[in-house]
Amino acid sequence: MLEARVTKALGEFRLEAELTTGSGRVTALFGPSGAGKSTLAHCLAGLIDPDRGRVALDGVELFNSETGIRVAPERRRIGFIFQDARLFPHLSVKGNLEYGLVRTPAAERRVEFDPVVALLDLAGLLSRRPRTLSGGEKQRVAFGRAVLTSPKLLIMDEPLASLDAARKSEILPFIERLRDELAIPIIYVSHVIEEILRLADDVVVFSHGKVVRAGPAVETLNAATVVHGADGDPASVIEAVVEGQDPGDGLTALAFAGERIFVPAIAGRAGDRIRLRIRARDVALALSKPHDISVLNILAGRITEITAGGDGHTDVRLDIGGGLWARITRRSANQLSLRVGQEVYALIKSVAIDRGGTGAGG
Amino acid sequence: MEAFSLSPLETEALGLSLRVALWCVALTLPLAIAVAWLLARLDFPGKAVVDAMVHLPLVLPPVVVGYGLLLALGRRGPLGAWLYDVFGITVAFTWEGAVVASAVMAFPLMVRAIRLSIEAVDRGLESAARTLGSTPLGVFFSITLPLAWPGILTGMVLGFARSLGEFGATITFVSNIPGETRTLPLALFGLIQVPGNEGAALRLVVLSTLLAFAALVGSELAARRIRARMEG
Repeated sequence: MLEARVTKALGEFRLEAELTTGSGRVTALFGPSGAGKSTLAHCLAGLIDPDRGRVALDGVELFNSETGIRVAPERRRIGFIFQDARLFPHLSVKGNLEYGLVRTPAAERRVEFDPVVALLDLAGLLSRRPRTLSGGEKQRVAFGRAVLTSPKLLIMDEPLASLDAARKSEILPFIERLRDELAIPIIYVSHVIEEILRLADDVVVFSHGKVVRAGPAVETLNAATVVHGADGDPASVIEAVVEGQDPGDGLTALAFAGERIFVPAIAGRAGDRIRLRIRARDVALALSKPHDISVLNILAGRITEITAGGDGHTDVRLDIGGGLWARITRRSANQLSLRVGQEVYALIKSVAIDRGGTGAGG
Repeated sequence: MEAFSLSPLETEALGLSLRVALWCVALTLPLAIAVAWLLARLDFPGKAVVDAMVHLPLVLPPVVVGYGLLLALGRRGPLGAWLYDVFGITVAFTWEGAVVASAVMAFPLMVRAIRLSIEAVDRGLESAARTLGSTPLGVFFSITLPLAWPGILTGMVLGFARSLGEFGATITFVSNIPGETRTLPLALFGLIQVPGNEGAALRLVVLSTLLAFAALVGSELAARRIRARMEG
């Protein structure tokens, strides 16, 4: 378990954050660029010294500004994955992988070379030089190099940020494998909601150098104060289970709160749990259940909250067996005379669903 | 074939030049790397002064450096007297003194080349190495030094060439003693002082040129091999 309380001023910017990881395998630090999550990650690894505070891992103090404790990065046993893989250009892939391994005391080695090579599919790359690798391959080698030090904690600082979309989806399964196969807690830093949805068990949300909310992923991401993307619009996250595929229509059926919803075909077997993100602007409301309509997903729910926005819209939160935000015009809200406690129907265009898998049975 | 065999004077001067230059590079290199690393990686009070002092021999007339060495390291100089009293060592007017003179002159060139190559090493790689369990000293030897190697090689060649060509500080500090301090440039200087030695002088010119050329070609080939290894 990691406990951290850190204050750090960098020019105009000021980080003031408290962080305690729970029992989850992956704790995500989420927030827009410049919110301080990466600075905190560097403080945890000892690459930046906080101005004040305390960092402890599994009960061992790594930093304490009051007692003057400051454990050097090489003695913290924290693996760090950088956005740019930072492979050593003068060493082969094998040399890079072994760099940390040989510097780990024999008694501390729990992760072995061959299983990691197999897990990350590196066997064909061992004799290559980093310069000849693709971006995705480099990052896989960086993962292997870090876990081969048998770290007590693995910090991934925006590990996918420098990759294109195709490479990202190629790398994500490897991160899931590391999460599922190695018993190493992971701190995952990202500003991309899709990555958080797919990987995180717990989420810590950052804004302007402060932690604004922390807790289990779905609950935390559904909070009204948590902004998901650069557009600043509210969105909801729900967890659903894959029921089956309909290849003919190119749809996948999901079970959620006793209802069935359809999304464009996604990979996954029946029983897989996945998370869906639904943008509030993609949800319409109706007082009675509409028929003869192209929208596939119509869910009944009760209004729990109505918030009038500043620019002619109203955000309505429904309870559909989970929270769901709908953004409608203020005129519509008045015409329908919506009120808290009312039973309404939410119309969700299936194409408007972002997905993030959480792995088999995850 | 007579023209291709070396005269005793040439053999002596060539051997002495090589000995002085090799010792110069070997003795200066560790200190040059240490100072280059200090200037490249650390900020400390008085850094500008250290920087200026390192570069001073580059801008001073060599005869000033040589005379300064004579004052400091001569038998009656403060350092020279101490060296003689404690260790029984004399450097003035010996070939070891020629090594000291060319080392002082070559030092700034070596530091410059090595410092540039250390500055070019990505510090991100160094912090990555720390998170992988390497101590700062370990990072220096396993990451910084190998990656700066092409620049270190350049520094060594520059220092070697500077030592081969060193004249002013050497002749001032250790004079022009046959078999002891008469290196190639000094032998050449001696020959052209006396009329009628044009042929012998020309042979020394050719010899010096070939030596410098071989050093440059050799270093370029080595640098290529290093680059090829990195890009492998």
